[in-house]
Amino acid sequence: MPTLRDIRRKIAAVKKTQQITKAMNMVAAAKLRGAQQRMENFRPYAQTFTSMLGNLASRIEPEIHPFFQRAPVVEKVGLVLMTADRGLCGSFNVNLINAAVKFAREKEAAGIETLFYCVGRKGRDFFRRRKAPMPAFWVDVWNKFDFTNAVAVAREVMSAFLTGQVQEVYLIHSVFINVAIQRPKLVKLLPISAEEAEITGGPEYIFEPPLAQFLEHLLPKYINTAVYHGFLENAASEHAARMTAMDNASNNCKEMINQLTLVMNKARQAGITKELMDIVGGAEALKG
Amino acid sequence: MANKILLEVVTPDRKVVSTEADVVVCPGVEGQFGVLYGHIPFLSALDVGEMYYKDGAKTEYLAVSGGFAEVTGKKVTIVAEAAEFGREIDVERARRALERAKARLAAAKTENIDWARAEAALRRAMVRMKVAAR
Repeated sequence: MPTLRDIRRKIAAVKKTQQITKAMNMVAAAKLRGAQQRMENFRPYAQTFTSMLGNLASRIEPEIHPFFQRAPVVEKVGLVLMTADRGLCGSFNVNLINAAVKFAREKEAAGIETLFYCVGRKGRDFFRRRKAPMPAFWVDVWNKFDFTNAVAVAREVMSAFLTGQVQEVYLIHSVFINVAIQRPKLVKLLPISAEEAEITGGPEYIFEPPLAQFLEHLLPKYINTAVYHGFLENAASEHAARMTAMDNASNNCKEMINQLTLVMNKARQAGITKELMDIVGGAEALKG
Repeated sequence: MANKILLEVVTPDRKVVSTEADVVVCPGVEGQFGVLYGHIPFLSALDVGEMYYKDGAKTEYLAVSGGFAEVTGKKVTIVAEAAEFGREIDVERARRALERAKARLAAAKTENIDWARAEAALRRAMVRMKVAAR
Protein backbone atom coordinates (compact mmCIF):
# COMPACT_ATOMS: atom_id res chain seq x y z
CA MET A 1 0.00 0.00 0.00
CA PRO A 2 1.62 3.27 -1.11
CA THR A 3 1.72 5.97 1.49
CA LEU A 4 -0.17 9.20 1.18
CA ARG A 5 3.00 11.05 0.34
CA ASP A 6 3.88 8.64 -2.52
CA ILE A 7 0.48 9.16 -4.08
CA ARG A 8 0.72 12.95 -3.77
CA ARG A 9 4.11 12.86 -5.46
CA LYS A 10 2.77 10.67 -8.24
CA ILE A 11 -0.13 13.04 -8.87
CA ALA A 12 2.23 15.99 -9.07
CA ALA A 13 4.36 14.09 -11.61
CA VAL A 14 1.38 13.22 -13.79
CA LYS A 15 0.22 16.84 -13.65
CA LYS A 16 3.57 17.98 -14.94
CA THR A 17 3.43 15.47 -17.76
CA GLN A 18 -0.02 16.75 -18.58
CA GLN A 19 1.29 20.30 -18.78
CA ILE A 20 3.90 19.22 -21.25
CA THR A 21 1.53 17.23 -23.44
CA LYS A 22 -0.96 20.09 -23.39
CA ALA A 23 1.73 22.53 -24.47
CA MET A 24 2.88 20.19 -27.25
CA ASN A 25 -0.71 19.84 -28.36
CA MET A 26 -1.10 23.58 -28.68
CA VAL A 27 2.23 24.03 -30.43
CA ALA A 28 1.29 21.31 -32.92
CA ALA A 29 -2.09 22.96 -33.49
CA ALA A 30 -0.45 26.30 -34.24
CA LYS A 31 2.08 24.69 -36.57
CA LEU A 32 -0.66 22.74 -38.29
CA ARG A 33 -2.45 25.99 -39.10
CA GLY A 34 0.75 27.33 -40.63
CA ALA A 35 1.32 24.15 -42.62
CA GLN A 36 -2.23 24.16 -43.94
CA GLN A 37 -1.83 27.77 -44.98
CA ARG A 38 1.31 26.88 -46.90
CA MET A 39 -0.49 24.05 -48.66
CA GLU A 40 -3.21 26.49 -49.58
CA ASN A 41 -0.66 28.97 -50.95
CA PHE A 42 1.10 26.29 -52.93
CA ARG A 43 -2.01 25.09 -54.70
CA PRO A 44 -2.15 27.69 -57.50
CA TYR A 45 1.50 27.05 -58.32
CA ALA A 46 1.06 23.29 -58.49
CA GLN A 47 -2.12 23.59 -60.50
CA THR A 48 -0.47 25.75 -63.12
CA PHE A 49 2.27 23.17 -63.51
CA THR A 50 -0.12 20.27 -63.76
CA SER A 51 -2.24 22.02 -66.33
CA MET A 52 0.82 22.96 -68.37
CA LEU A 53 2.02 19.38 -68.47
CA GLY A 54 -1.47 18.12 -69.12
CA ASN A 55 -1.72 20.50 -72.01
CA LEU A 56 1.52 19.18 -73.46
CA ALA A 57 0.89 15.53 -72.75
CA SER A 58 -0.91 14.87 -76.01
CA ARG A 59 2.06 16.11 -77.99
CA ILE A 60 4.84 14.43 -76.07
CA GLU A 61 6.72 11.45 -77.45
CA PRO A 62 8.81 9.46 -74.94
CA GLU A 63 11.94 10.02 -77.07
CA ILE A 64 11.85 13.72 -76.50
CA HIS A 65 13.28 13.72 -73.00
CA PRO A 66 15.09 11.12 -70.83
CA PHE A 67 12.59 11.67 -68.01
CA PHE A 68 9.95 9.94 -70.11
CA GLN A 69 12.08 6.96 -71.05
CA ARG A 70 11.42 3.68 -69.39
CA ALA A 71 14.45 1.49 -68.79
CA PRO A 72 14.21 -1.91 -70.50
CA VAL A 73 15.45 -3.68 -67.35
CA VAL A 74 14.86 -2.38 -63.87
CA GLU A 75 17.51 -3.49 -61.37
CA LYS A 76 17.46 -0.71 -58.82
CA VAL A 77 14.86 1.77 -57.74
CA GLY A 78 15.21 4.86 -55.61
CA LEU A 79 12.74 5.52 -52.84
CA VAL A 80 12.38 8.93 -51.28
CA LEU A 81 10.95 8.29 -47.83
CA MET A 82 9.58 11.16 -45.81
CA THR A 83 9.19 10.77 -42.07
CA ALA A 84 9.31 13.20 -39.17
CA ASP A 85 12.49 14.15 -37.35
CA ARG A 86 10.92 13.58 -33.98
CA GLY A 87 8.60 11.10 -32.33
CA LEU A 88 5.67 11.65 -29.98
CA CYS A 89 3.29 11.77 -32.88
CA GLY A 90 1.40 8.51 -32.55
CA SER A 91 1.79 5.98 -35.33
CA PHE A 92 2.79 8.59 -37.90
CA ASN A 93 6.40 7.47 -38.43
CA VAL A 94 5.59 3.80 -38.03
CA ASN A 95 2.96 3.94 -40.75
CA LEU A 96 5.37 5.57 -43.18
CA ILE A 97 8.20 3.18 -42.38
CA ASN A 98 5.89 0.18 -42.73
CA ALA A 99 4.81 1.42 -46.13
CA ALA A 100 8.47 1.72 -47.15
CA VAL A 101 9.32 -1.75 -45.83
CA LYS A 102 6.38 -3.24 -47.69
CA PHE A 103 7.46 -1.46 -50.87
CA ALA A 104 11.05 -2.71 -50.55
CA ARG A 105 9.87 -6.29 -49.91
CA GLU A 106 7.69 -6.27 -52.99
CA LYS A 107 10.57 -4.98 -55.09
CA GLU A 108 12.91 -7.51 -53.56
CA ALA A 109 10.53 -10.31 -54.50
CA ALA A 110 10.83 -9.10 -58.08
CA GLY A 111 14.63 -9.07 -57.80
CA ILE A 112 14.90 -5.30 -57.58
CA GLU A 113 17.05 -3.51 -55.06
CA THR A 114 15.72 -0.42 -53.31
CA LEU A 115 17.98 2.52 -52.54
CA PHE A 116 16.67 4.77 -49.78
CA TYR A 117 16.70 8.54 -49.84
CA CYS A 118 15.43 9.48 -46.41
CA VAL A 119 14.02 12.85 -45.50
CA GLY A 120 13.59 12.98 -41.75
CA ARG A 121 15.52 11.46 -38.87
CA LYS A 122 13.14 8.65 -37.94
CA GLY A 123 13.21 6.96 -41.34
CA ARG A 124 16.94 7.49 -41.67
CA ASP A 125 17.64 5.88 -38.28
CA PHE A 126 15.38 2.92 -39.00
CA PHE A 127 16.94 2.01 -42.31
CA ARG A 128 20.46 2.78 -41.21
CA ARG A 129 20.08 0.32 -38.34
CA ARG A 130 19.06 -2.26 -40.91
CA LYS A 131 22.02 -1.41 -43.10
CA ALA A 132 19.81 -0.61 -46.07
CA PRO A 133 21.58 1.08 -48.97
CA MET A 134 21.14 4.83 -48.53
CA PRO A 135 22.94 7.13 -50.97
CA ALA A 136 21.65 10.30 -49.31
CA PHE A 137 19.55 11.56 -46.43
CA TRP A 138 18.35 14.84 -45.00
CA VAL A 139 17.64 15.27 -41.30
CA ASP A 140 16.55 18.20 -39.15
CA VAL A 141 14.71 19.69 -42.08
CA TRP A 142 11.14 19.69 -40.85
CA ASN A 143 11.36 22.47 -38.34
CA LYS A 144 12.11 24.99 -41.02
CA PHE A 145 11.99 24.05 -44.66
CA ASP A 146 11.33 25.82 -47.92
CA PHE A 147 11.38 25.11 -51.62
CA THR A 148 15.17 24.84 -51.73
CA ASN A 149 15.04 21.73 -49.53
CA ALA A 150 12.74 20.06 -52.03
CA VAL A 151 15.04 21.15 -54.86
CA ALA A 152 18.01 19.52 -53.12
CA VAL A 153 16.17 16.21 -52.79
CA ALA A 154 14.87 16.37 -56.33
CA ARG A 155 18.31 17.17 -57.72
CA GLU A 156 19.80 14.15 -55.98
CA VAL A 157 17.27 11.66 -57.33
CA MET A 158 17.17 13.18 -60.80
CA SER A 159 20.94 12.85 -61.15
CA ALA A 160 20.75 9.26 -59.87
CA PHE A 161 18.12 8.58 -62.51
CA LEU A 162 20.00 10.27 -65.33
CA THR A 163 23.30 8.55 -64.53
CA GLY A 164 21.56 5.19 -64.42
CA GLN A 165 22.17 4.44 -60.73
CA VAL A 166 18.46 3.83 -60.44
CA GLN A 167 15.91 3.09 -63.15
CA GLU A 168 12.86 4.32 -61.32
CA VAL A 169 12.20 6.76 -58.52
CA TYR A 170 9.33 6.64 -56.05
CA LEU A 171 8.23 8.86 -53.22
CA ILE A 172 6.47 7.88 -50.01
CA HIS A 173 4.95 10.66 -47.97
CA SER A 174 1.97 11.08 -45.75
CA VAL A 175 -1.17 12.61 -47.16
CA PHE A 176 -3.08 15.02 -45.00
CA ILE A 177 -6.71 14.01 -45.35
CA ASN A 178 -7.99 15.71 -42.21
CA VAL A 179 -6.84 16.32 -38.68
CA ALA A 180 -7.80 12.78 -37.66
CA ILE A 181 -6.63 10.91 -40.76
CA GLN A 182 -3.23 10.88 -42.44
CA ARG A 183 -2.24 8.12 -44.80
CA PRO A 184 1.06 7.11 -46.38
CA LYS A 185 1.01 7.45 -50.14
CA LEU A 186 3.29 6.06 -52.80
CA VAL A 187 3.95 8.25 -55.81
CA LYS A 188 6.02 7.43 -58.86
CA LEU A 189 8.31 10.33 -59.69
CA LEU A 190 10.39 8.99 -62.54
CA PRO A 191 10.10 8.12 -65.32
CA ILE A 192 7.18 10.44 -65.90
CA SER A 193 4.50 8.63 -67.79
CA ALA A 194 2.98 10.99 -70.28
CA GLU A 195 -0.05 8.74 -70.65
CA GLU A 196 -0.90 9.21 -66.99
CA ALA A 197 -0.86 12.97 -67.13
CA GLU A 198 -4.37 14.13 -67.59
CA ILE A 199 -4.81 15.57 -71.02
CA THR A 200 -6.46 18.88 -70.44
CA GLY A 201 -6.44 20.13 -73.99
CA GLY A 202 -6.81 23.87 -74.21
CA PRO A 203 -5.24 26.13 -76.76
CA GLU A 204 -2.32 25.10 -78.97
CA TYR A 205 0.61 26.98 -77.55
CA ILE A 206 3.67 28.17 -79.33
CA PHE A 207 6.87 27.58 -77.45
CA GLU A 208 9.91 29.53 -76.66
CA PRO A 209 12.35 27.82 -76.76
CA PRO A 210 11.10 24.91 -78.93
CA LEU A 211 9.38 22.02 -77.21
CA ALA A 212 12.43 19.82 -76.55
CA GLN A 213 14.40 22.57 -74.84
CA PHE A 214 11.28 23.86 -73.15
CA LEU A 215 10.88 20.47 -71.51
CA GLU A 216 14.50 20.68 -70.37
CA HIS A 217 13.36 23.61 -68.25
CA LEU A 218 9.94 22.35 -67.32
CA LEU A 219 10.48 18.75 -66.27
CA PRO A 220 13.06 19.22 -63.51
CA LYS A 221 10.80 21.90 -62.06
CA TYR A 222 7.90 19.53 -62.31
CA ILE A 223 9.80 17.02 -60.18
CA ASN A 224 10.76 19.77 -57.72
CA THR A 225 7.12 20.66 -57.44
CA ALA A 226 6.08 17.07 -56.82
CA VAL A 227 8.68 16.68 -54.08
CA TYR A 228 7.72 19.98 -52.46
CA HIS A 229 4.12 18.90 -52.51
CA GLY A 230 5.22 15.81 -50.57
CA PHE A 231 7.05 18.04 -48.08
CA LEU A 232 4.00 20.16 -47.43
CA GLU A 233 1.59 17.26 -47.07
CA ASN A 234 3.99 15.42 -44.83
CA ALA A 235 4.58 18.42 -42.57
CA ALA A 236 0.86 19.04 -42.16
CA SER A 237 0.30 15.34 -41.43
CA GLU A 238 3.04 15.27 -38.83
CA HIS A 239 1.60 18.21 -36.93
CA ALA A 240 -1.91 16.77 -37.14
CA ALA A 241 -0.68 13.39 -35.90
CA ARG A 242 1.21 15.00 -33.03
CA MET A 243 -1.78 17.10 -32.12
CA THR A 244 -4.03 14.06 -31.91
CA ALA A 245 -1.44 12.01 -30.02
CA MET A 246 -0.87 14.78 -27.49
CA ASP A 247 -4.58 15.33 -27.06
CA ASN A 248 -4.96 11.65 -26.21
CA ALA A 249 -2.01 11.84 -23.84
CA SER A 250 -3.51 14.83 -22.03
CA ASN A 251 -6.81 13.00 -21.64
CA ASN A 252 -5.05 9.93 -20.28
CA CYS A 253 -3.24 12.13 -17.78
CA LYS A 254 -6.53 13.57 -16.65
CA GLU A 255 -7.98 10.12 -16.17
CA MET A 256 -4.93 8.99 -14.23
CA ILE A 257 -5.12 12.02 -11.96
CA ASN A 258 -8.77 11.28 -11.23
CA GLN A 259 -8.01 7.69 -10.28
CA LEU A 260 -5.02 8.64 -8.18
CA THR A 261 -7.05 11.28 -6.40
CA LEU A 262 -9.58 8.62 -5.42
CA VAL A 263 -6.81 6.39 -4.09
CA MET A 264 -5.30 9.32 -2.25
CA ASN A 265 -8.59 10.28 -0.61
CA LYS A 266 -9.10 6.72 0.49
CA ALA A 267 -5.62 6.57 2.01
CA ARG A 268 -6.14 9.89 3.75
CA GLN A 269 -9.48 8.81 5.17
CA ALA A 270 -7.92 5.57 6.35
CA GLY A 271 -5.23 7.54 8.11
CA ILE A 272 -7.75 9.82 9.81
CA THR A 273 -9.88 6.88 10.92
CA LYS A 274 -6.84 5.17 12.33
CA GLU A 275 -5.82 8.25 14.30
CA LEU A 276 -9.35 8.70 15.64
CA MET A 277 -9.38 5.09 16.79
CA ASP A 278 -6.09 5.69 18.59
CA ILE A 279 -7.41 8.80 20.31
CA VAL A 280 -10.68 7.14 21.30
CA GLY A 281 -8.78 4.05 22.44
CA GLY A 282 -6.45 6.25 24.55
CA ALA A 283 -9.36 8.16 26.13
CA GLU A 284 -11.15 4.93 26.99
CA ALA A 285 -8.02 3.59 28.65
CA LEU A 286 -7.62 6.75 30.78
CA LYS A 287 -11.22 6.54 31.96
CA GLY A 288 -10.65 2.99 33.08
CA MET B 1 -5.69 49.92 -75.50
CA ALA B 2 -9.21 49.01 -74.83
CA ASN B 3 -8.74 45.82 -72.89
CA LYS B 4 -6.52 44.94 -70.02
CA ILE B 5 -4.78 41.66 -69.56
CA LEU B 6 -4.91 39.71 -66.31
CA LEU B 7 -1.60 39.05 -64.66
CA GLU B 8 -0.89 36.42 -62.06
CA VAL B 9 2.48 35.72 -60.54
CA VAL B 10 2.64 32.64 -58.33
CA THR B 11 5.50 31.07 -56.39
CA PRO B 12 5.46 27.93 -54.24
CA ASP B 13 4.89 30.02 -51.12
CA ARG B 14 2.39 32.61 -52.18
CA LYS B 15 0.50 34.36 -54.90
CA VAL B 16 2.63 37.43 -55.43
CA VAL B 17 0.39 39.44 -57.76
CA SER B 18 -3.04 39.10 -59.19
CA THR B 19 -3.97 42.22 -61.08
CA GLU B 20 -4.94 43.79 -64.36
CA ALA B 21 -2.33 45.39 -66.54
CA ASP B 22 -2.05 47.18 -69.85
CA VAL B 23 1.20 45.47 -70.74
CA VAL B 24 3.41 42.83 -69.15
CA VAL B 25 7.09 42.50 -70.04
CA CYS B 26 8.94 39.30 -69.15
CA PRO B 27 12.55 38.09 -69.40
CA GLY B 28 12.21 35.06 -71.72
CA VAL B 29 15.21 32.79 -72.20
CA GLU B 30 15.38 33.90 -75.81
CA GLY B 31 14.93 37.56 -75.06
CA GLN B 32 12.55 39.93 -73.43
CA PHE B 33 8.96 39.89 -74.62
CA GLY B 34 5.94 42.02 -73.99
CA VAL B 35 2.38 40.80 -73.78
CA LEU B 36 -0.75 42.75 -74.61
CA TYR B 37 -4.38 41.72 -74.51
CA GLY B 38 -5.19 39.21 -77.25
CA HIS B 39 -1.74 37.70 -77.48
CA ILE B 40 -1.72 34.24 -79.10
CA PRO B 41 -1.33 31.27 -76.71
CA PHE B 42 2.30 31.12 -75.79
CA LEU B 43 4.52 29.23 -73.34
CA SER B 44 7.95 30.47 -72.52
CA ALA B 45 10.67 29.54 -70.09
CA LEU B 46 11.89 32.59 -68.20
CA ASP B 47 15.40 33.66 -67.51
CA VAL B 48 16.57 35.03 -64.19
CA GLY B 49 15.71 38.66 -64.63
CA GLU B 50 13.40 41.55 -64.07
CA MET B 51 9.84 41.72 -65.27
CA TYR B 52 7.50 44.66 -65.13
CA TYR B 53 3.93 45.53 -65.86
CA LYS B 54 2.18 48.80 -66.57
CA ASP B 55 -1.27 49.59 -65.39
CA GLY B 56 -2.27 53.11 -66.37
CA ALA B 57 0.52 55.38 -65.26
CA LYS B 58 1.81 52.90 -62.72
CA THR B 59 4.77 50.65 -63.47
CA GLU B 60 5.79 47.85 -61.12
CA TYR B 61 9.03 45.92 -61.26
CA LEU B 62 9.64 42.39 -59.99
CA ALA B 63 12.68 40.17 -59.80
CA VAL B 64 11.87 36.64 -60.96
CA SER B 65 13.95 33.51 -61.16
CA GLY B 66 13.39 29.99 -62.37
CA GLY B 67 10.02 30.21 -63.96
CA PHE B 68 7.64 30.02 -66.87
CA ALA B 69 5.09 32.26 -68.46
CA GLU B 70 1.85 30.88 -69.74
CA VAL B 71 0.10 33.34 -71.97
CA THR B 72 -3.43 33.10 -73.26
CA GLY B 73 -5.31 35.91 -74.90
CA LYS B 74 -6.74 37.21 -71.67
CA LYS B 75 -4.26 36.18 -69.07
CA VAL B 76 -0.57 35.87 -68.27
CA THR B 77 0.39 33.38 -65.58
CA ILE B 78 3.94 33.47 -64.31
CA VAL B 79 5.04 30.53 -62.23
CA ALA B 80 8.43 31.10 -60.69
CA GLU B 81 10.48 29.61 -57.88
CA ALA B 82 11.00 33.12 -56.58
CA ALA B 83 9.41 36.45 -57.39
CA GLU B 84 9.43 39.67 -55.42
CA PHE B 85 8.69 43.33 -55.82
CA GLY B 86 11.56 45.76 -55.82
CA ARG B 87 10.32 47.36 -52.63
CA GLU B 88 10.28 44.00 -50.84
CA ILE B 89 13.88 43.20 -51.60
CA ASP B 90 16.32 43.31 -48.75
CA VAL B 91 19.15 45.18 -50.46
CA GLU B 92 21.63 44.38 -47.75
CA ARG B 93 20.95 40.66 -48.06
CA ALA B 94 21.19 40.82 -51.83
CA ARG B 95 24.51 42.61 -51.55
CA ARG B 96 25.86 39.96 -49.22
CA ALA B 97 24.65 37.22 -51.58
CA LEU B 98 26.42 39.02 -54.39
CA GLU B 99 29.68 39.14 -52.47
CA ARG B 100 29.37 35.49 -51.56
CA ALA B 101 28.73 34.46 -55.14
CA LYS B 102 31.69 36.49 -56.33
CA ALA B 103 33.94 34.88 -53.77
CA ARG B 104 32.72 31.46 -54.84
CA LEU B 105 33.41 32.17 -58.46
CA ALA B 106 36.90 33.38 -57.63
CA ALA B 107 37.47 30.19 -55.67
CA ALA B 108 36.00 28.12 -58.46
CA LYS B 109 38.90 29.00 -60.72
CA THR B 110 41.22 27.09 -58.46
CA GLU B 111 39.00 24.51 -56.82
CA ASN B 112 36.55 23.79 -59.60
CA ILE B 113 33.48 23.80 -57.40
CA ASP B 114 30.03 23.95 -58.84
CA TRP B 115 30.53 26.81 -61.27
CA ALA B 116 27.03 26.84 -62.69
CA ARG B 117 25.37 27.16 -59.31
CA ALA B 118 27.65 29.95 -58.18
CA GLU B 119 27.06 31.77 -61.42
CA ALA B 120 23.30 31.42 -61.10
CA ALA B 121 23.50 32.76 -57.55
CA LEU B 122 25.52 35.71 -58.81
CA ARG B 123 22.98 36.51 -61.50
CA ARG B 124 20.07 36.26 -59.08
CA ALA B 125 21.80 38.62 -56.68
CA MET B 126 22.56 41.09 -59.47
CA VAL B 127 18.97 41.09 -60.70
CA ARG B 128 17.64 41.65 -57.21
CA MET B 129 19.99 44.59 -56.71
CA LYS B 130 18.92 46.07 -59.99
CA VAL B 131 15.20 45.70 -59.32
CA ALA B 132 15.58 47.03 -55.80
CA ALA B 133 17.20 50.14 -57.21
CA ARG B 134 14.18 50.94 -59.44
